[in-house]
Amino acid sequence: MTEFLQQLINGLSLGAIYALIALGYTMVYGVLRFINFAHSDVFMVGAFVGYYSGPKVLQMFPNWPIVAGLCVLALAMAVCAALGIIIERLAYRPLRDRSKLTVLITAIGVSLFLEYAGQRLFGADPKSFKLLPSQNIPLFGGLVFSSNQLIVFVLTVVLLIGLRFIVFNTKIGTAMRAVSFNHHAAALMGINIDVVISFTFGLGSALAAAGGILYAQNYPSIDPLMGVLPGLKAFVAAVLGGIGNIPGAALGGLTIGIIETFVSGTRWSTYRDAIAFAILILILLFKPSGLLGTSQTEKV
Amino acid sequence: MKERWNFWTSRALLILAVAGLLTGCNKPQSPDPSAGGAGGAGVATDNVIKVGEYASLTGTEATFGQSSHNGTALAIDEINAAGGVLGKQIKLLYEDNQSKAGESAAIVLKLISRDKVAAVLGEVASGRSLEAAPICQQNKVPMISPSSTNPEVTKRGEYIFRICFLDSFQGAVLARFAKETLKATRVAILTDVRQPYSVGLAEFFRQRFVQDGGAVVAEQKYSGGDKDFNAVLTATKAADPQAIFVPGYYTEAGLIARQARQLGINVPLFGGDGWESPKLIEIGGAAVEGTYYSTHYSPEDQSPVVQNFVKKYQERYKETPDAMAALGYDSAMVLADAIKRAGSTEGPKIRDALAATKDFHGVTGRTMIDAERNASKPAVMVTIKDGKFKYVETLSL
Repeated sequence: MTEFLQQLINGLSLGAIYALIALGYTMVYGVLRFINFAHSDVFMVGAFVGYYSGPKVLQMFPNWPIVAGLCVLALAMAVCAALGIIIERLAYRPLRDRSKLTVLITAIGVSLFLEYAGQRLFGADPKSFKLLPSQNIPLFGGLVFSSNQLIVFVLTVVLLIGLRFIVFNTKIGTAMRAVSFNHHAAALMGINIDVVISFTFGLGSALAAAGGILYAQNYPSIDPLMGVLPGLKAFVAAVLGGIGNIPGAALGGLTIGIIETFVSGTRWSTYRDAIAFAILILILLFKPSGLLGTSQTEKV
Repeated sequence: MKERWNFWTSRALLILAVAGLLTGCNKPQSPDPSAGGAGGAGVATDNVIKVGEYASLTGTEATFGQSSHNGTALAIDEINAAGGVLGKQIKLLYEDNQSKAGESAAIVLKLISRDKVAAVLGEVASGRSLEAAPICQQNKVPMISPSSTNPEVTKRGEYIFRICFLDSFQGAVLARFAKETLKATRVAILTDVRQPYSVGLAEFFRQRFVQDGGAVVAEQKYSGGDKDFNAVLTATKAADPQAIFVPGYYTEAGLIARQARQLGINVPLFGGDGWESPKLIEIGGAAVEGTYYSTHYSPEDQSPVVQNFVKKYQERYKETPDAMAALGYDSAMVLADAIKRAGSTEGPKIRDALAATKDFHGVTGRTMIDAERNASKPAVMVTIKDGKFKYVETLSL
């Protein structure tokens, strides 16, 4: 029982990070109908912003590590939001009227560009990420909850509530939803599509950066290719939850995290990535709209 | 649905294209071996002896590859400064395989067929040495692995050598260490299933440890590159081991140590020479205090050969050489010694001289090449104390 609960805690904290990344995939898909493969590398850039700014910010607030941590988080989110907007402006916007396949291949190109530019810039060897010291919080019956896991939970919940507020209670959020239904109709209603799309990329990238910082804080070895696997898992999570659906992405992330953790704890541990991708195939075969997605008929 | 279908076809096309490129590189050149063998003679006409090296200068095992390469480069420069061998300077041609599977074979093929190298040095990781070994064997170009400890490596043929100890030896030494020094009878093993090194070492450890009356209470697996070990560690904790054996590489070992301590696992962790890197302490932090690993050499060794090497290495690279640097250095020195004794740069002659290496006093101790082209030498146990590596004991069987 203890082992089960401990694995559940482990799974939830891993899944929360997948959820943060999955949100970016799903939001971009929602407004533009394409998978931004560079998203997982924005996640990596977020971790590296934290790696380079962390020590300096910690010096500024020597007695307030939590405040310093939040500053680093905000900085990484801001930098990555800008990066996301720049990527969209330079790489995707010129191709917006082309076929989806063109944009998709460009996304793979941008992803490879970021990965290998990262190897040049940051170096290819793994770096050790130090931000906040980790403490153990013992619970009943030998269960252990680390302060890192707690931070991941709390921040993920806060960010999700914030995101929900933006999407449902603000003007720009309403515009985002309008664009996701129909570009042309939204434009006719006086919505500036470019601004909405830039905003979506910025928001998604900021969440990826938050995910990157939390991931690095939990697993403190970072390298320029660190985004690849979590990115793919988050993509699976987004599809599982119903791509384009925001609560679906969060649910999908948690589900994938928990499944992965429970599989890892058994002797089939080495199949856990295979299982994550098998889920993707099954979902695409039997319920392509995902857990929470609604199927749309495509007009030809 | 349409978009998604496009996405899958595009990814599949990309993979096919890459696969096509890779096989395209390898296939047309494979009828080359005879030409490559004859090329050995071509080297003699130049005024340099070309030696190839493939190394993981970037990627997950980058610090190993870089240390090993630094050691090799230092040795080559020393040999050249002392007049070279057979009156010629040695030219080291090295290439990076990015710690990736599939790269080493292509690099070594290129070094042999285009650059006509007399011998090949590399690699640290057994998996990648195993990739290159058949190509060297086929072309009759001697290959010396500085630090691949998996037994399979030198079984690829009579042209493949190594100058470090074997995992069968290392596994047995670690089993003895667990039993005698750690006084553990219940041990858990965490294996990196992606690395033949890790799988082999785990198996040799298990055989010896069980044979000596110990019990392996949990055997968990992970894949190199993983970051999250909470799940496997939670399962390991439930088996209540007295020590945990992690026969992997330093990046994962550091993360495993950290997450183990976070989960409240306080038993000693220990590993093999894959742990040997300052990154272990950087990544593991306080969590790796009191962990142990076996390795090939210690810079604290007071013998003049070692101290001379440490001094020169520090002057040039501003850091203390680790075991990989020492083995990289010795690999070049053993090769130069063999070329000198062979009196030739032809593959078969260098091979015979290498096979006859007896009593070579290198930085990593007295090296003798046995009939299986492996080196026999003792192992050193190291621990981490106050954020520094500390010598514990020298072990042999």
